[in-house]
Amino acid sequence: MLKFTEEHEWLKVEGGVATVGITEHAAGQLGDLVFVELPETGATFSKGDSAATVESVKAASDVYCPLDGEIVEVNQAIVDDPALVNSDPQGAAWFFKLKLADPRSADALLDEAAYKELVG
Amino acid sequence: MRQTWRPDLETISRLSHTPLHALHLSRGARMVPFAGYEMPVQYPEGVLKEHLHTRAAAGLFDVSHMGQVTIRPRSGRIADAALALEKLVPVDVLGLAEGRQRYALFTNPEGGILDDLMIANRGDHLFLVVNAACKDADFAHLKEGLGDSCDVRLLDDRALIALQGPRAEAVLCELWADVASMRFMDVAEADLHDVACIISRSGYTGEDGFEISIPTASAVDVTQRLLEHPDVLAIGLGARDSLRLEAGLCLYGSDIDTGTTPVEAALEWAIQKSRRAGGERAGGFPGADRILAELANGTSRRRVGLRPEGRAPVRGGAKLFADADGAVPVGSVTSGGFGPSVDCPVAMGYVETAHAENGTQLFAEVRGKYLPVTVSALPFVKQTYKR
Repeated sequence: MLKFTEEHEWLKVEGGVATVGITEHAAGQLGDLVFVELPETGATFSKGDSAATVESVKAASDVYCPLDGEIVEVNQAIVDDPALVNSDPQGAAWFFKLKLADPRSADALLDEAAYKELVG
Repeated sequence: MRQTWRPDLETISRLSHTPLHALHLSRGARMVPFAGYEMPVQYPEGVLKEHLHTRAAAGLFDVSHMGQVTIRPRSGRIADAALALEKLVPVDVLGLAEGRQRYALFTNPEGGILDDLMIANRGDHLFLVVNAACKDADFAHLKEGLGDSCDVRLLDDRALIALQGPRAEAVLCELWADVASMRFMDVAEADLHDVACIISRSGYTGEDGFEISIPTASAVDVTQRLLEHPDVLAIGLGARDSLRLEAGLCLYGSDIDTGTTPVEAALEWAIQKSRRAGGERAGGFPGADRILAELANGTSRRRVGLRPEGRAPVRGGAKLFADADGAVPVGSVTSGGFGPSVDCPVAMGYVETAHAENGTQLFAEVRGKYLPVTVSALPFVKQTYKR
């Protein structure tokens, strides 16, 4: 199940665990990234908490935790090579895997059609 | 996702346009409000590539938002204009030869900096370039200070572009061969495609390059011809900021303002001997008591370069500490970001003089963590001026 937030994160939900990243639209708006900071594995976040930071030459942006849950894995590849977020944001450049506190909470997020409408 | 830090761009409902506004749009620029103007922050290439292109070939910047001012002495004697202007700046204007330009600062009675600017001697008049956000205040300041003896005009009929980078000279030579004979800080009049332009060999990137003042009616034509050259890429304000930061150059409003003095800002090189204690025209500018005392005795804080040790950029506003626990505050960052050419984060800021020595380790507070940074010599990149 692929879901989206209005804050431009995407989630791929499988068996109560969501793989989370930022959308192609967001990556395009940010421009070339030079730094990514990810959360610690085992950290727990509430929906809307800042869970990661991405920085371009000019600006820093927070990536929010899209739902309540616990970080079970992070993608070191985007820390080592932030440019991967620009080249493959909705594939290889996922940010973290989140074990959802409530597996059904993702149902309420945007589907792909609704997100595409949002960003035009 | 939400941007938590962005360049200081104010929102103004009625934004002015430069003569090159439509050209920016046609090239796909992302436009932002800046100093009352709608300006290109980046083009489709993006800040990183624009920055690297400028250092590798040539970048073209629209800086028409900046103020261009002429000061003409009613007596007809340029020395009268120079001496009148010296009452507002701690700089040797009288000694500035015809066809030469010099960096200067408007100071206030407390020794703070009202603006930084360029002053050129154009033979029968002085030509100034001042910051966009300060230009109306600077014009009023100049009228009040020099109005008795000089005609002061804020020009509204000229665009200003900058062509910067190692290929700038070769590109401009194709329009005007004499440009090769200019040295850093020379100013000359030139016909580019029969358009009377004023060219200075200077800029805001640390690279060799030129600033070109063009009559508004011909601005698009001259700019387009330069952009047609395969070595030239249009560059937005984003890369302009990262280029000047790597070059260690101050941004007015961030690194210097009315609360900083020229000596605190490590800009004493802009105060020539003739205006210092013992000089032929010592003092005689606003804040001279404080600034001359600081030249003699030093200041309690200094502007320094800062190199964060990791990959995380340390932005303007970050607090600096002597210790890794954030117990001993020693200053703050005024400009910071990622330097594409040095491929690491770079910053500058003010620290207590006891901690201002190159090589001193400090700690910057970023998102609740204390990241090690090292006080480092400016600039971060080698300047390539043609002296």
